[in-house]
Amino acid sequence: MGLLSDPNRRRALIGMLTRLNAPICMICYMAGVAWFMGLAFEPFTLRTYMSENAMGSTMVEERFPAGERALATGREFAAHKKKTGGMPVDWLVRTMQARGLEVYTQRFSRKLPFPDEDKERYMVKGTNVYGILRAPRAPRTEALVLSAPCSPGNENNQAVGLLLGLAQYFRSQIYWAKDIIFLVNEHDLIGMQAWLEGYHHTNTTGMDWSPLQGRGGSIQAALSLELSSDVVTSLDLVLEGLNGQLPNLDLANLFYAFCQKIGVLCTTQGKLPRNDWDTTSGYSHAVQTMMLMVLKQASSRPWGDHGLFLRYHIEAASIKGVNSFRQYKTDATTVGRLLEGMYRKLNNLLERLHQSYFFYLMPSLTRFVSIGYYMPAFGLLALILLLRALDLWVQLSSPPTRTTEDGVEVVPASPGVLSILTPLVISHLTGVALYTLPVLSQELAVEHFPVSETEAVVLTAIAIYTAGLALPHNTHRLLAGEGTEQGWKVLKLVAVLYLAVLLGCTALINFSLGFILALTLVPLAAFITPHVPKTLSAVVMVILSPGLTLLFAVFFFQELQETPVTLQEGWMLYLSVISQGILDHALYGSLLYPLAALLVYPCWLLFWNILFWK
Amino acid sequence: MAARRCLGLWFFLITLCVVSTGADVLHTTPVTGTESSAAGTETVVAREQPEAPSDPGEHTAAEPTREGEQNDRTRGGEQTRGQPTREEEQEQEQEQEKTREGEELTREGEQTPAQPTREEEEEEEEQEQTRGEEELTREEEELTREEEELTKEEEELTAEEEEQTREEEELIREEEELTTEEEELTTEEEELTTEEEELTREEEEPTRKEEEEEQQTTAQQEEQTRRWEATELEEEHVHDAAVPPPAADPPSPPPSKDDFQEELVIRPLHSGDIYASFQFRTVWDADFMGDQKVSHYRLFPKSLGQVITKFSVRELHISFTQGYWRTMQWGQPYLPSPPGAELWVWFQDTVTDVDGTWKELTNVLSGIFCASLNFIDSTNTVQPSASFKPLGIGNVTDHSFLRYATLPREIVCTENLTPWKKLLPCGSKAGLSVLLKSEKLFHSTFHSQAVHVRPVCQDPQCRTTSMELRQTLNVVFDLHTSGQGKREWSLFKMFSRTLTEGCPLASSSKVYVDVTDNPQGEQFELSPATPLLTQAVVLGDRRTYSVYDLTQQASFGSSRSLNMLLRWKAADGEMLRPLLHSERYVAGYGLQAGEIHTLIYNHHPYRAFPVLLLSAVPWYLRLYIHTLTVSSKGKDNRPSYIHYQPSKDRERPHLLEMLLQLPPNSVTEVTVEFERALLKWTEYTPDPNHGFYVGSSVISALVPSVVAMDTNSTLDRPLFSSFFPCKEEASYFMRVYTEPLLVNLPTPDFSMPYNVICLTCTVVAVGYGSLYNLLTRTFQVDEPSPGLAKRIANVIRRFRGVPLL
Repeated sequence: MGLLSDPNRRRALIGMLTRLNAPICMICYMAGVAWFMGLAFEPFTLRTYMSENAMGSTMVEERFPAGERALATGREFAAHKKKTGGMPVDWLVRTMQARGLEVYTQRFSRKLPFPDEDKERYMVKGTNVYGILRAPRAPRTEALVLSAPCSPGNENNQAVGLLLGLAQYFRSQIYWAKDIIFLVNEHDLIGMQAWLEGYHHTNTTGMDWSPLQGRGGSIQAALSLELSSDVVTSLDLVLEGLNGQLPNLDLANLFYAFCQKIGVLCTTQGKLPRNDWDTTSGYSHAVQTMMLMVLKQASSRPWGDHGLFLRYHIEAASIKGVNSFRQYKTDATTVGRLLEGMYRKLNNLLERLHQSYFFYLMPSLTRFVSIGYYMPAFGLLALILLLRALDLWVQLSSPPTRTTEDGVEVVPASPGVLSILTPLVISHLTGVALYTLPVLSQELAVEHFPVSETEAVVLTAIAIYTAGLALPHNTHRLLAGEGTEQGWKVLKLVAVLYLAVLLGCTALINFSLGFILALTLVPLAAFITPHVPKTLSAVVMVILSPGLTLLFAVFFFQELQETPVTLQEGWMLYLSVISQGILDHALYGSLLYPLAALLVYPCWLLFWNILFWK
Repeated sequence: MAARRCLGLWFFLITLCVVSTGADVLHTTPVTGTESSAAGTETVVAREQPEAPSDPGEHTAAEPTREGEQNDRTRGGEQTRGQPTREEEQEQEQEQEKTREGEELTREGEQTPAQPTREEEEEEEEQEQTRGEEELTREEEELTREEEELTKEEEELTAEEEEQTREEEELIREEEELTTEEEELTTEEEELTTEEEELTREEEEPTRKEEEEEQQTTAQQEEQTRRWEATELEEEHVHDAAVPPPAADPPSPPPSKDDFQEELVIRPLHSGDIYASFQFRTVWDADFMGDQKVSHYRLFPKSLGQVITKFSVRELHISFTQGYWRTMQWGQPYLPSPPGAELWVWFQDTVTDVDGTWKELTNVLSGIFCASLNFIDSTNTVQPSASFKPLGIGNVTDHSFLRYATLPREIVCTENLTPWKKLLPCGSKAGLSVLLKSEKLFHSTFHSQAVHVRPVCQDPQCRTTSMELRQTLNVVFDLHTSGQGKREWSLFKMFSRTLTEGCPLASSSKVYVDVTDNPQGEQFELSPATPLLTQAVVLGDRRTYSVYDLTQQASFGSSRSLNMLLRWKAADGEMLRPLLHSERYVAGYGLQAGEIHTLIYNHHPYRAFPVLLLSAVPWYLRLYIHTLTVSSKGKDNRPSYIHYQPSKDRERPHLLEMLLQLPPNSVTEVTVEFERALLKWTEYTPDPNHGFYVGSSVISALVPSVVAMDTNSTLDRPLFSSFFPCKEEASYFMRVYTEPLLVNLPTPDFSMPYNVICLTCTVVAVGYGSLYNLLTRTFQVDEPSPGLAKRIANVIRRFRGVPLL
């Protein structure tokens, strides 16, 4: 600290930092990216291990016998589903009652802000059916949830069958210490959202639901089951939840441990763990797995029905049965035994899952990177912003008075508050417009243009986004007189600090999102001045803007998933992703859309403003 | 077989002896004894045979005459009997076994000496010679007699208390001697001993029941069974006399000092599960609060008696429950209790330091019941102002003498059951308590055990009080987990034991099976069938019960053990709609705030009724009382009485009591918001991430009874009974407990203290250090200090006396 309090040394340090600012920034950026890529390299990561003692080495013997009967129940369910043309509520209630559960139903209805074209729904009405297995001699304070969505078509019948089979088997056991809630939710996430809001009696999204009649206390953990075939080749674990929240790593460990024990292939992101880390293909496999997780997490949307539980501090994951062309098949009895084992271990929990990590990335199901390892990658990127801010601050605090050639000493006028405030306010107003107008003006758009509501919303959003690019000219029209050299520096200082705070906060909540934004926005923020070549810089800036980042992410994601798309398909996908993002915000309270519209986009506009500073 | 034969023979001997000795006493029978016995007979008659219009002579005032006649008849029978034949031997044996329940003697102790049967008079003279001989041998056998300490002590105690005449004492002694003698002869089998004890007691103190029986016995066995069968028909049709179940209110005060009754009620539940409720009741006429110290304990457990005396307890109610009563599936319990442990105590108004006494009492009880009651302190103790009134006599209204506490976290298991069983006079050795085996009791869906001590009236005028100890144990067995596929229940299946006898110390020992929903046997099938039915109004509903009297040998049948079998015929029932039930939950998410919702359902179609809601919330949930809302049917429902005591951090909990009127057919919702406090780090439990418990709310209500609600005129019943809708039991008192809550508080990450310490220290050192440095440093222009070489040069120069550099 003597370093900073000693004026001489401080001066020297600052001098060095300002002199070497650009190279240091370059090095930081490259180091950050390299660090991030290194996270997928196996020797740098840790092997997963069970932290929770209560679930550790306890003996659980799985005895679930009735896989075939469960599948038969599933077929019966499918028949009834087809007959009623939706959720067979009465049949489910009767079946659950016959299995000795306390059965309740919940009706819900929701009018979407605009029609969802992917899932073809607008006015959603549905019923959730859930049965509670009351634990003997337990006072209804804790519960576990097993859910299966009732999907349209022929999907997920086996999941419901297995759920009912497990309910029947669980009911005849005496060892339960927590109530177990078997939930069949209609309209996937909307039903789940309604049920969770009803259970916790909150209303965050303006949905109509009938209050729940039966509860089981505080829910400790939940699993959501998706199974669409009688046999599976592997089980896929989905962790990413709303707003990039992840369940405790112990839940993933538990799943992996039981897959190992029972001998089921298990994957995450649809990718098997590989052992050949020292080969290029092994490494790229790990990078792909991790990048898929990063992209999914950054998307801030729930990637399974479990995703909504996380808001309520309930550890949850989705288990999806995958039936591919492999030889080795697993039958429903085995899957049932796996779930039985997991529930028995969860039943043993004395406390909520809290021992292991909540912030992690998984390059494979057996490896993880904890927050302590991945944060430096972001930290190195964020450091660039701080260095640039320091540089600007130094430049501003020691004004270059020697600019005068003809002897007249010009003291640069300190920029007025107005010149800084105006672009700030205007760009934020644009952000507000981007956030509110698409949904509000959909009717207007539909009236005047030959588009559907969904297209109207998406296209309005894109239009407003593009219109924002014309702002600098209008901003300057508002200001009296020319912008000064000092002016843009102050504005840039503000913008850089703003971006640093914004990205820092984002990365703390959702590392993936923060990192991806930093990757694109930081270089742009570092080197934009009014003095760089305008056209080239403008093109670069547009390419690095949040909107186009999303477009690239869509292509990249498809590439990683090994389902590459053409440009045309990619564009359509991009449009649908935007509409889904807006819907996610309206339906489940995903924060990506407001974050992008209200904060990130205005911030980017500030830099755009600087580029066109006059 | 030989042993059995021997036993039979010697039963006969004893009987002869007793019968002869008992006769003397007849002349000294106090008048009161007869009166009370007559009254007692009536009670029993009313209970077991509600009313028999077809047989008016049976239970009218003419009874004494008839009794006399019968006595005459029996006496005649006796007289004709010359030598004891084999036939008579058997009869005697049967008679003895039938009345084997020796408990009755203890209850109607005073009566007993006064009740020897009259026919024994003649026998006595015959036996006088043997008696003399025995008196001689008495001294010799005193040593051997001491082996039977229990029997003797009891007998002596009874003798003292009842101030028997010298003759009677002698008689008893003789009998004992006989017993000991015989005991020496036969092997020292336990069974035999108990049987002997029972026999002895039974014979010296025949109860009025016995009397009744004896009127019918002696070669009238067949006639008797016929009578029961005849009455069975009548009972099935006549349902008028509504006698409360044996547990409902104390019967006419027994003249003896203490008295023990046991019973088991089995209720097949709507859901296919089965509910077994044990009640053991000890009433003692001792005055615990009087000046003289109570030091002789017989049936009343000494450990509790001493506690009551020492801490001046007026009433004590303690319950340990594992599980939550599922009202929607099971209906109402006979005795509700919240999950975990609950303790409420009314102290005598002589207690000055109530809090101190309460603290000590909880610690002592904690030791007695092997429970963590010592965790009861001021932070979870409240003084309800209205919800908990004394259940015994006494009109105390000053609730400063009341303390109430719950421990929702308390786990109940065998270590609590064992001390509880030890309080029973028969322990777990005999009577109904043999069923209380922990391996089965804890293989159930609900388990609750309780101890209630309260003062009750000793006689109808209530001139003096006696102490009542009521031990209850409720257990629900689950059809799915223990039924093993078969839809049937038996005593053996439930408890892995069958009943072979009542507790010999109990004056009554009965098993009731609720057959209300099963009038035609369409719901389930009960075997062995019992002809005895009784009716009672329980929780506002009229219930019919099959009764198995364990004091009657006939109850055990030929196999000498009672194993009721209940076979379900009907399928699982739908969920019930109990008149009053409630639920409670925590709403909201996140760790900062939350909302407690309490829903109270009134399912009565047209009547509103008031309820008292009591909730005690720990201090670390900071209730915002201004957010308290009560609404029914979407409208504001103003409580007519609110008692709110705000919490004090680390000292006392919130107490909220409200009197609410529940509109008919409605849900009343009480919500209050709270904020979660951040505890000090030492205040967290060892498992902070489990959450913190909030005890059950208590809803006390006067619920309109089902009987009164029944306006359904389609039922076939007498016209005269259905004009006015309300009957005498218009409403009944009921208590409902809500679920306890598990609330998560903001919890630091205790698993990383090292990281936390390192980080904090670094931040403090770096941040504070540099700031302190900057703030306190004074900048001054300093002469550049000379270099080392210069200083050395100066030193040398000083020595040389040359001016310094």
